[in-house]
Amino acid sequence: MTNSDDLSRRKLLMKMGVLFNGIIAAVLAVPIFRYILSPVAQERGQGLQSWLSLGELNQFPAGQTRFASYRNPFVNPWDGKTGDIACWVRNVDGKTFQVFAINCAHLGCPVRWFPQSNLFMCPCHGGAYYQDGSRASGPPERGLFEYDYKIEEGKLFIKAGEMPTPGQKKWSSLVTLETRRCV
Amino acid sequence: MRLIGQIGDWLDARLQVGQTLRETAEHPVPRDTASWFYVFGSAAFVVFILQIFTGILLALIYVPSAGEAWNSLQVLNHGIQLGWFVRALHGWGSNFMVAIVLLHMVQVFLFGAYKFPRELTWIVGVFLLLMTLGMAFTGQVLRFDQDAYWGLGLGASIASRVPVIGPAIVHLMLGGPIIAGATLSRFFAMHVFVIPGLLIAFVAVHLLMVVKLGINDWPMPGRVVRKATYVQEYHELTKKEGVPFFPAAVWKDLCFSALILVAVAACAIYFGPFGPSGRPDPTIIQTAPRPDFFFLWLYAVLSLLPPSMETPALLIGPVIVLAGLLLLPFVFGEGEKSWRRRPIAVLSILLIAVTLGELTHLGTFTPWSPVMDAWSSDSIPPKFLHNRSPLERQGALVFQEKQCRNCHALDNIGGQRGPALDSVAVRRTQDQLIRQVIQGGGNMPAYGKNLSPAETTALVSFLLTLRPEGQPAARDSANVGSLQPEPGNPVSTQP
Repeated sequence: MTNSDDLSRRKLLMKMGVLFNGIIAAVLAVPIFRYILSPVAQERGQGLQSWLSLGELNQFPAGQTRFASYRNPFVNPWDGKTGDIACWVRNVDGKTFQVFAINCAHLGCPVRWFPQSNLFMCPCHGGAYYQDGSRASGPPERGLFEYDYKIEEGKLFIKAGEMPTPGQKKWSSLVTLETRRCV
Repeated sequence: MRLIGQIGDWLDARLQVGQTLRETAEHPVPRDTASWFYVFGSAAFVVFILQIFTGILLALIYVPSAGEAWNSLQVLNHGIQLGWFVRALHGWGSNFMVAIVLLHMVQVFLFGAYKFPRELTWIVGVFLLLMTLGMAFTGQVLRFDQDAYWGLGLGASIASRVPVIGPAIVHLMLGGPIIAGATLSRFFAMHVFVIPGLLIAFVAVHLLMVVKLGINDWPMPGRVVRKATYVQEYHELTKKEGVPFFPAAVWKDLCFSALILVAVAACAIYFGPFGPSGRPDPTIIQTAPRPDFFFLWLYAVLSLLPPSMETPALLIGPVIVLAGLLLLPFVFGEGEKSWRRRPIAVLSILLIAVTLGELTHLGTFTPWSPVMDAWSSDSIPPKFLHNRSPLERQGALVFQEKQCRNCHALDNIGGQRGPALDSVAVRRTQDQLIRQVIQGGGNMPAYGKNLSPAETTALVSFLLTLRPEGQPAARDSANVGSLQPEPGNPVSTQP
């Protein structure tokens, strides 16, 4: 056996070692990536939206906009108060409602309702919305995010469970300022 | 003394690093680089060490749980002896680190130190800057208060605008559908394990290259960098007029670092720790979230960009800036180093500094935000009510109650979102005012549905009184000679 044969055999063995480790790494990468991507998979799987009660209808008088909050369905015991999510409920005429996310459609800051001027105002970058949630002024490109709602047994339910952000399909399909004027 | 020497010899016989360390410490550097301009890098390093130590001390108490983090910070501030001081050191250390890293970068840029053969040192430095900013942002999140909570919402809203994969990025960033415990846990992992680990590795590479390639020679006008000759010229320079780094140059580094540490400690004692502000309870919405100092400029940019430009600017802007920084040493790898022969470089730094400075300044008082309580806390100054008719005073009441002052100032008090109205009657006629109030426009909401005709009449009659003495009221030039009610008379037109 010559010296070069010996070398090439050792090289082959080393390459096999590298290959073997590579295969193990690739196999291990699958569960690791699934673990890391689990928050994304959660959305694809069971979905994040569910019907949540905001309480009795009589808390929301006709013609007024009131503050409400609910407990997010996806919480862990150590989430503390962060699992409580706020929203604005507008009782348009006693029969129809509008439920707006607390998050400004610009960058998610909490909008406040001013019944005197009938405006929602955002404290961060100066966005303002009319009482029906449509954009009034400032940097937002669209109106407030609006939850689907239903009324059952005298209670108001909304379909929620996820922080609304401008990129979500659910929200981008909703009509905005251009087609809906102040009610 | 002899014992110490013996222990040293024993260790070195096994470790065999003594020779390398001695050579590194005493490697020759060009004489004029032993300068007070060359101390920022070492100071950033020293503050980084301070951050590691104070960070570990904070981790002894801090609880990275959404339900308990805020409480554990209260304990640190009030319950643990000198806990407030360690928090303050860490917080001020963070501000100083960002500031010194930026100064270091400016100095390196103006002294042409990024040119051949130190391109990779610059590139590693760019990543060190990004990591430093990453530490500052994730650290702000760990101070899990209202600002942190809504700041995360802001980050999520920006991330969601990435085409196609935006929502998936949001879920990855938040660790779930909402900002909650999982979000804090992953920012804790980033702040305490991932980014510091990378920082240590990158700092090591950065320092290794400084030692291997030599510190940048003092830029002389006319001493031009050429790839073919530079390395040889540098070696001749250090041979001819080099001094050993230790102790000829290092004493200035040590002095400056000590001064910075004293400054951090002084700020910590005098100003105390940062926050935490209110509890991270998203149902408490009486809050005006603000980012930390070094992100205020970004906060201002997000307020001032036109809505249609915002998403492209947010998504493309950082890519362009990063590409520019990374390509800089390749595009301008040769040529003059001296700032005296590089006017565009100096002007760029001035432009960037003035821009960031002014945006930060605007971020400190946010003229674009409505002053949410101006309508209820600041009454209309009496001089605007003096000698006014009942209708005009009724208009002043409408002005106050409809919260016009949240956006419009009178006598310099009130919001700055819209123009100050002290002299609005000089600029606008009655018809223009009615139109503006009812239809809005130019970033003002329309109040047509929120004001009765009587309220509009009263409001506009009040606005028509707002002009300084001696200045004429605005006139409708298309309608000269027509009946234009004098300010002070009741307005007859109904909207």
